Amino acid sequence: MDKDMLKKQIENMKFQATMERWPLSKSIAADDSKMKVKVLVRNPDDYLRETKRDIHKLPRNYDPALHPLEAPREYTRALNAVKLERVFALPFIGCLDGHRDGLSCLGKTPDHLSWLYSGACDGELKLWDVAKRRVLCTVQAHDGFVRAIAYSQESSFLYTVGDDKLIKQWKSEAEDGSDLKAPVNTILTGGMLTGISPHRSKPILATCGEACNLWEHTRAQPIKTFQWGVDSLQSIKFNQVEENILAACGSDRSIILYDMRESVPLRKVVLKMRSNSICWNPMEAFIFTVANEDYNLYTFDMRNLNSPLNVHSDHVSAVIDVDYSPTGKEFVSASYDKTVRIYDARQAHSRDIYHTKRMQRLTCAAWSLDDRFIFSGSDEMNIRIWKARAAEKLGVVKPREKTALRVNAKLIEKFEHHPHIKKIQRHRHVPKHVYNARNELRSGRIAARRKEFNVRTHTKRQKPIISEKVKAIVSEQQ
Amino acid sequence: MSSPKGSEKKPASEVRSTATQNLKKKFKPPKDEHLLRKTKNKKPNNTFTKKAEGRVVKRQLPKFKSSHGKTPNSGAVQKFSRPPKTGQKGKEGAQDDQTEEDPFPGDAPIPHARLQKHKRGKAEDLDKNGVTFLSNRIHLKKKEKLVKYAVNLAARSEILLPEETGFLEPAKGDCTSEITQVQIKSSVDITSATKQFDLSMQFGPYAINYLRNGRKMLIGGRMGHVAAFDWVTKQLTCEMNVMESVHDVAWLHNETLFAVAQKEWTYIYDNQGIEVHCIKKLNNVLRMEFLPYHFLLATTNDSGTLSWLDVSMGKMVKRTHTHLGRLDVLCHNPRNAVLCCGHSKGTVSMWTPNFVSPVVKMLCHTQPVRSVAVDQSGVYMATSSIDCSLKIWDLRTYNCLQSYKLGCGASNITFSQRGLLAVSMGNIVEVYKDICTETIHKPYLKHFVGSSVSGLKFCPYEDVLGVGHARGMCSMLVPGAGEPNFDALESNPFQTKSQRRETEVKSLLEKIQPELITLDPFELGEVNRQSVIEKFEEKTRYMV
Repeated sequence: MDKDMLKKQIENMKFQATMERWPLSKSIAADDSKMKVKVLVRNPDDYLRETKRDIHKLPRNYDPALHPLEAPREYTRALNAVKLERVFALPFIGCLDGHRDGLSCLGKTPDHLSWLYSGACDGELKLWDVAKRRVLCTVQAHDGFVRAIAYSQESSFLYTVGDDKLIKQWKSEAEDGSDLKAPVNTILTGGMLTGISPHRSKPILATCGEACNLWEHTRAQPIKTFQWGVDSLQSIKFNQVEENILAACGSDRSIILYDMRESVPLRKVVLKMRSNSICWNPMEAFIFTVANEDYNLYTFDMRNLNSPLNVHSDHVSAVIDVDYSPTGKEFVSASYDKTVRIYDARQAHSRDIYHTKRMQRLTCAAWSLDDRFIFSGSDEMNIRIWKARAAEKLGVVKPREKTALRVNAKLIEKFEHHPHIKKIQRHRHVPKHVYNARNELRSGRIAARRKEFNVRTHTKRQKPIISEKVKAIVSEQQ
Repeated sequence: MSSPKGSEKKPASEVRSTATQNLKKKFKPPKDEHLLRKTKNKKPNNTFTKKAEGRVVKRQLPKFKSSHGKTPNSGAVQKFSRPPKTGQKGKEGAQDDQTEEDPFPGDAPIPHARLQKHKRGKAEDLDKNGVTFLSNRIHLKKKEKLVKYAVNLAARSEILLPEETGFLEPAKGDCTSEITQVQIKSSVDITSATKQFDLSMQFGPYAINYLRNGRKMLIGGRMGHVAAFDWVTKQLTCEMNVMESVHDVAWLHNETLFAVAQKEWTYIYDNQGIEVHCIKKLNNVLRMEFLPYHFLLATTNDSGTLSWLDVSMGKMVKRTHTHLGRLDVLCHNPRNAVLCCGHSKGTVSMWTPNFVSPVVKMLCHTQPVRSVAVDQSGVYMATSSIDCSLKIWDLRTYNCLQSYKLGCGASNITFSQRGLLAVSMGNIVEVYKDICTETIHKPYLKHFVGSSVSGLKFCPYEDVLGVGHARGMCSMLVPGAGEPNFDALESNPFQTKSQRRETEVKSLLEKIQPELITLDPFELGEVNRQSVIEKFEEKTRYMV
């Protein structure tokens, strides 16, 4: 009997322990001869806020049975999110006015994220404080066009080249830009200069013009000259990751790769039309993108130049300039058709297009080093500031708002393949000349494709199939 | 495994460096799954073992120990084994660090059933299915990992739920069906005891409707008596006699509006009892159901017309003439917002506003169907007919799971949130537990109501069953009927006025369009193969 009593006592204690969690209901002795009942009862104090200054209590239960119709509800939320994104897609921020001639180049510096250097066709160099939208310093840098501006991270000097065959070295460290008044050094070169690019870690510059020259700012003569063919080069850039590699675009429709340590250029790929500008991907060591005259941009892997990695099409006129985002995931392109397009580095079509009635032929584009803004310089003497992500909220974003925006972005990504959502997300207003030109080009392309298909199906001896990507390449040379 | 007691003393700097090394080990990011392909036999990345200097600590696989029946403090999983606090810092404290071992290394195991509850379908086997590009495959695998993590987290968060379900355990030898409401009422606390009450009114058989958060109640008597009140505090919101016959009452999206199906037309009233709308298009309405996520008021007609009215815009979405006779049996499936109607030929048909004909038509009984009910999860459907039979159907396969023979034909049946089924036969109300999963022989609870039952509804989030009968209404206590833990973002019984307004706006923004009502609610997440194939064919038509 003792054992039984003990057992009952233990059971009783256990029961008491569990019953302690429900203070409001009567605790019935753990006696088998009586029934046990518990009815759901909630203490309002656990569910209501204590004072008016507290936030409301929100108990959550993630059981899917309490949340029916998940897919349609999420779809509706995604639809709302994409519509709101379009509502808030106001990318134009402002215009930097002040140059007296068309813009020819833009320059950025990593030390001051809100500074922008701009060179005009009359030789003026201006330093802008973009946040305040005003000029910090103006200086007559060259006689003639300012062809290129480059900032050397290694020596924190600014270099400009101009039509007067000079390379000028500037110091620009003062907060009010006052030390930009006079160049620190000037190098007189003999030939035409169209582009400049500093080495990432060594005090070496590369300029292009008639040939590719490597300079050291203390010497008056180039330390090395690369020559291949007799044509001139338009643009040259040092690879920021693989620091000794250079790439240049030539006027014989070629793209030439150099290694600084070698004595001859590495290799050359000839395209069907001339490239206007080149930009290395700041994150990937071997990828660069060229802006070509045949309305496309080509992304190449430098290890395999016989086929581009990607062909980015969407422009309806020659692409003049290209610049990568500091994340290396996107780039911006400025085109002769008065529009700026933003591409994802791996996608063939643009994700966004910026245009204004007042913006005429574009000459240069830059992506700010904090990945938030895009600058475009055009023929009509204005630099325009745009948001890199059109629907982004500038300014202070509170944590709850941030979470809501992130949730919306994720919802759009989740449902982006659904037709209605895709349609709304891709919809952009496009200027009439672009719209008409695009339709024309498209019908031309479809017709060409159809004709080729017909020719192929009806001929006996067939030429080898060339993929669309490779069609742009004429030859590769070493 | 365990360090010998007389371990040599190390200089303080060395000791500190191992401590920081241990710290670094704790916060190592988990490796990607695809990189672990070669090391399949390795045990999971155990971040909490403390490696003694020069000695390899053997790891033990965490044994799954069910937590069922265990009191909270027995065998608690010691997930974070902190070193015991000693007065001296430095050497001795660190030495204690080294000797202690975590008996339950790794994360606490989650019971399989709980994990299954939170899963949303099977994970895709990406290696076998045709994902051509490696980068896409990796991307999709990462997404699957995130999904798995979310499911895990949701399952773990169940420990934070505040309330437990109600229960009723009879005395030894007895069974629950012999327990009366009086007995239950006397055994529970005062607050719960007040939830059991009887109202005797003389205005005809009453129809009942509870608000979605279980706070308020609407009653409508056949002779025109309509009242809305908070049934816990018995505080009256509004009461009136509409001077016409009332067939059904229904709350709209919140307590500010309700609809009353009167003799000829449907009227919508404010919470003060002011008539806001008279909808002539919904004429001779017999039954009403409100679909909360679509803001649709679905009504059935004397002449066999089903109508869906969008109450946010006042637009009639669809009116279908069913050609199946008088529709006085209606139920809506909460899982996919489809309406189920029972007919006099023994069939049950299911309707959506997107099709003219029923999406499903089932022959359930040989005699006319008297009542239909679908449970909260949308898996089971209960139908009863005049020939005293009650059948349980599986709505995924449309098979009959259970078939019961009752004392007499069940006039009303309804499911509670936790799967209890209430059946009314004449004067009696019986509640059955686990009726869908097992074959049961005895009811869970029985209650003799004075007069014939005309309305039967469970109160959401409460252990209460509301019974409307010819001479008033009565509220019964049914322990274990209600869902104990509500989600405040879905429906909050403790809603304040400002919260109500905010919820109204938010739910209007997220209102689902009626075109999306389908039998399978997850169809929207699937690929429309036909259109993809068509697009692909068009694209590659002229490709060489």
